[in-house]
Amino acid sequence: MFEHAARAVEAALAAGAAYADARVVIGRSERLDAQDGELQAARSSVDAGVGVRALVGSSWGFAATSALGDDAAAARAGAEATATAKASALVPGRGLELADVPVVEDSYETPHAENPFAVPLEEKVGVVVGATQTMRAVPGVAVATAQLLFWDVEKWFVSSQGHRIHQHLVESGCGMDATAVGEHETQRRSYPQSFGHVETAGYEMVREADLPGNAQRVAEEAVQLLSADPCPAGELDLILESSQLALQIHESVGHAVELDRILGWEAAFAGTSFLDLSQLGSLRYGSELMTITADATIPRALSTFGYDDEGTPAQRVDIVREGTWVGVLSGRDSAHLAGVEPGGMVRGDGFNRMPMVRMTNVGLEPGEGTLEDIVADTKHGVEMRTNRSWSIDDKRLNFQFGCELGWEIRDGKRTRMVRNPTYTGITPQFWSRLDRLAGRDEWRPWGVPNCGKGQPMQVGHTGHPAAPARFRGVRIGVGG
Amino acid sequence: MQPDTTDLQQLADDAVALVAERGRAVAGDATVEGIVRATRTRLGVTRFANSFVHQHVGEDTTEVELVVAVDGRTASTSTTRTTAEELGELLDAALASALEQPVDPHWPGATPPAEVVGASRFDAETAEADPTARAELVRAFVDAGAGLDAAGYVDTDASWVAIATTAGQRAAGASTRATVDGIHQTPTSAGSAHQTSTRLGDLDGARAGTIAAGLARDAADFDDLDPGTFEVVLGPEAVATLLTFFAVYGFNAKMHLEGASFVELGAQQLDPSLTILDDPEDPRAVGLPFDAEGSPRRPLTLVDQGVSAALAHDRRTALRAGATTTGAAIPGGESIGAVPLNVRLLGGNRSREELIGGVERGLLITELNYVRVLEPKTQQATGLTRNGTFLIEDGAVTRAVGNLRFTESFLEALAPGRVRGVGADDRLADGEFGPGMVTCPSLHLAAFTFTGGARG
Repeated sequence: MFEHAARAVEAALAAGAAYADARVVIGRSERLDAQDGELQAARSSVDAGVGVRALVGSSWGFAATSALGDDAAAARAGAEATATAKASALVPGRGLELADVPVVEDSYETPHAENPFAVPLEEKVGVVVGATQTMRAVPGVAVATAQLLFWDVEKWFVSSQGHRIHQHLVESGCGMDATAVGEHETQRRSYPQSFGHVETAGYEMVREADLPGNAQRVAEEAVQLLSADPCPAGELDLILESSQLALQIHESVGHAVELDRILGWEAAFAGTSFLDLSQLGSLRYGSELMTITADATIPRALSTFGYDDEGTPAQRVDIVREGTWVGVLSGRDSAHLAGVEPGGMVRGDGFNRMPMVRMTNVGLEPGEGTLEDIVADTKHGVEMRTNRSWSIDDKRLNFQFGCELGWEIRDGKRTRMVRNPTYTGITPQFWSRLDRLAGRDEWRPWGVPNCGKGQPMQVGHTGHPAAPARFRGVRIGVGG
Repeated sequence: MQPDTTDLQQLADDAVALVAERGRAVAGDATVEGIVRATRTRLGVTRFANSFVHQHVGEDTTEVELVVAVDGRTASTSTTRTTAEELGELLDAALASALEQPVDPHWPGATPPAEVVGASRFDAETAEADPTARAELVRAFVDAGAGLDAAGYVDTDASWVAIATTAGQRAAGASTRATVDGIHQTPTSAGSAHQTSTRLGDLDGARAGTIAAGLARDAADFDDLDPGTFEVVLGPEAVATLLTFFAVYGFNAKMHLEGASFVELGAQQLDPSLTILDDPEDPRAVGLPFDAEGSPRRPLTLVDQGVSAALAHDRRTALRAGATTTGAAIPGGESIGAVPLNVRLLGGNRSREELIGGVERGLLITELNYVRVLEPKTQQATGLTRNGTFLIEDGAVTRAVGNLRFTESFLEALAPGRVRGVGADDRLADGEFGPGMVTCPSLHLAAFTFTGGARG
């Protein structure tokens, strides 16, 4: 496959590109969905092709073809990528250059114990059907769903600078939710988190997650929520369990520190960032407890790999250190423009999408103690679990989150379950109120498998390790 | 480039024949059914930011999607590897997978023959558009905002689709779409413009750029407004976002069957001034005259003068509900359900100026951004305003205001008595979730609740 990619690169260079790279990608996926004790869908896919990227002046050109194995088609794609980039000269900008990275020939494979595609289908079907049967049997549950998701992706990357990298990435995920329907509203509980939890791992993660063993509790909580009191409103202490904090990190830190957004490259669709590069190294992002890293080497986290789609090695980059903004998520072009080291954070969604800056494992370093310690230390607040809705403005400043379940806490004890808990805030003000952070024992490498960005839209898989945390004086209970 | 689908139809027919042949080999006497959908996509996107083209992409991809059923046990698969040998391997795996599944109780059988009467809307110029054609539109958009910072995209999308089923349905067609979608920015503001058509030649980059630049300049000097409940005039893009949520969460028959939809058929749930269709026959409509199962797409009145009148069905939901498919099947519909893809809110008779003139104190909103539903049954949602938010006082726009966060039930916002005017400016309006799905006008609403300013 390297030679196939090389044909595309050679053709791009011959057509006049200053730099070119190509990826041959063969991606397999499998998804099983069950609902109410029945298998709803068993889907699989094979996406295979070559995508080639050519740099001419200020613009990238990108072309992709699914005619894998056809060297002539690969060469046509290479030439088309360059021709496309050249057409951009009609609306030119400042020339792009690439930051240096080591030129390597290497390979990488996701460590995994059990190939999820080799596990008997009957066993996998049993997990999702069984979990939904258990949930649906709980009186009051109207809809119960469960999913298993698996990806197996092989990539061959070749650049005009000499890279030749083969990677075999394996991802596994699972999730379930129960919905109880009342007269005027619905209530939902999910496990392990909303939209399923995914890791760079094999089927072992499904066994560990134990959907069947958690189904009864999840369903009962959904029903209990229908009769729970509404979430109190006011400025209260907010305790977030780790999966909700992971999404908070994703939206209010991860996207905000993407260098392409900061540089305005995503302004029209995804938006920009409230951050200005002149503030790098000095801006106060949060309290001293806030240390955020982007680390593509964390075992089993969803954005762990050997190299990104520009051939830059996976690495750990400091983003926020003890509350001060110190780093960005970058690629070779954006890093050169901003004068920072390239972070190895450029990836594409399949062979037919142009790689772009994507979060790696952007996580909050753990603190000390446990969630129970934090609850015991809280006079009046709300603990919120599991995301239900998320919204943030185009500069990543004003956010509002809804969670599935809340517990009101008074004098160190959970006193009542509350429904429809929501909170809102402004990013740096919110993070400045972080005053308790649980320790490594409760730190989990949560994954977000549905991050949308780019045009055409690309779905990214990002990781967000986090432990439970407390924020003081947050606006809770936002009503219409 | 022509709307010819002969090759794809042959690919689909061959794959259906393969289903029968391999099915006999793998499953013996079992009843083997299949739906094959072969698609070729030719997509070009020219993205610009900081007033120059920075990403310019193209793809030409052929994909085959297969749904197979063995004695009612189903499996779905898709692939971009489409030689007979590769399809055979994939099909064998799908049949083996299906044999291991429990019986799918909602499998409606392979789509039977049904005549597709609607026409595909295909424009050869759009399908053939080269990168320079798109870049010229970008040039015009950028030049219309001298001194401003432009960003956005121009794209051209051509699809050729052929469907064949073991029950004898065959359908094929080709469609095109082109969009210019961009913003102009000052250091403190942004304004946007959108145009979508089935024909690239309908797009006017200079006009779009002029609108966006005007909004950006008008919004540059703004004051933050305290949150509260205001009358609003929502522009077509903002209305399109509301309608998209109605389509996915409300008119979707699967959501209704599961009790999560707000729709109560026969009830006056919306203002009598609102009539909402799924209208694939609208001359402006983007897409094909058949759905992902190969069923003909039928015009459907979803809301008739505010009364909830119908749901969008695919063959699965139709079987469950004892109804007939409306041709609203989408890929992955087993889980997502059936979604109307040509949502059309009928236009009224008020000009934009008349809508604004009817507002005592309220807001003119260009777009909504990052909208998410907090609760599907009530359509309680939150999001922000974007790309031009203005205060209206005594019937006239008086000043720009900062972006605001809303928390509002879309159902209540459009409830009987809450719609004070329907604009005559209905057009394809690109809501937050992509172009080509919604045609709608501006609306004047009595109340919309804002719960915070974007800056705090």
